[in-house]
Amino acid sequence: MGHGGASPMGRFRGVETRVMEGLDLGALFLQFLILWFLAIGGPSTIFPDIHRYVVEAHHLLTGEQFAEIYTVAQVAPGPNAMYVTLIGWYLAGWKGVIATTIPLLVPATTLTMLVGHLNERYPDAPIFRAIRRGLMPITIGLVFASATILMRTVNHDWRGYLITFVTVAVVLRKPWNPLWLFAGGALAGILGIL
Amino acid sequence: MSARPQLDLENITLPMLNQTLAQQSSHKTAVTRLQLFLAFSRISLSSFGGAMFWTRRELIERQRWLTEREFLEIYTLGQLLPGPNVLNLTVMVGYRFAGWTGGASAVAGFLGWPCLVVVGMGILYQNYGRLPYVQQALGGMSSVAAGLLLATVIKLAAVLPRRWRPWLFGALAFIGVGVMRWPLLWVMAALAPWAVFAAWKHE
Repeated sequence: MGHGGASPMGRFRGVETRVMEGLDLGALFLQFLILWFLAIGGPSTIFPDIHRYVVEAHHLLTGEQFAEIYTVAQVAPGPNAMYVTLIGWYLAGWKGVIATTIPLLVPATTLTMLVGHLNERYPDAPIFRAIRRGLMPITIGLVFASATILMRTVNHDWRGYLITFVTVAVVLRKPWNPLWLFAGGALAGILGIL
Repeated sequence: MSARPQLDLENITLPMLNQTLAQQSSHKTAVTRLQLFLAFSRISLSSFGGAMFWTRRELIERQRWLTEREFLEIYTLGQLLPGPNVLNLTVMVGYRFAGWTGGASAVAGFLGWPCLVVVGMGILYQNYGRLPYVQQALGGMSSVAAGLLLATVIKLAAVLPRRWRPWLFGALAFIGVGVMRWPLLWVMAALAPWAVFAAWKHE
């Protein structure tokens, strides 16, 4: 690691070292911090802005590299927003990880802690009751929308949809650990072309 | 004739019922910081393809810390705040059971491991990611991940009251974001005040 994280840079094809020299980690940190405070409704709302900053405005990564990083983070366990951590790693090693990951934490540890505190303290306040009751159905509609968008993005033909719907049926009926389903899905993907 | 056995039956079942009720309402206090850290570590490390499914499974089905409804309420509040929704839920669940430090313990478990793992995966992918069978395995796993999210939302939707208004708001949110693909912020700005006002009026 140390200065510049030469090893991650070397592993990532096509990232030139001159990018490193021009990289302003402080500016990156500040930009990400502002963006995360705007990310009401989840990380997907600021995805286009992060892409614009990293790829279009500052040419830190190519569009192709950005897409690959995003895919890897989707496959890794943990929240999907962790792709920003990986962007940091590819740009500047562990220092980059800090510069891109801390901003993600700041709204959650300040604003959310405050709202959580108020909600626990005044659980019967009419405003909290109305917000919880009124917005609950919208939440369900939004998660359903995410699920169908994800389904259409990852499934290219009937085999993909078959795996998705078998997963739904199994999860709704059996208490099995779904990691087995992932193993099955991986196997089905490998065998699917044979 | 039959009144006696019925009375006896009540005497036996009532204490048992009370015990069950006490267990249901007392789970709020009995969570330590270590338990929070471990539970959210387990969630984050098994969260392939999104954390929503695993968070619901751990908090409701395995630990029984929250009911379906409480989970949905906290998640809904988290959605109104900036940042990843499940991270906001993590903070609020940690805070609910063990205060500030509980929130910190839950967040450490939830984000600490993925930070390390995602970097490790990045390095692995650079070396092996282009092998065709890795790509195919990833494709199959993505289809499973989509199914898990779909199953989660079906389970959560079961707690919605059987009235037309909540289902209308749910359907509108789905159509706006999922079908029309309008930006989330616009859809929320249009629907949220209306939905909160309707809930307020019908209290």
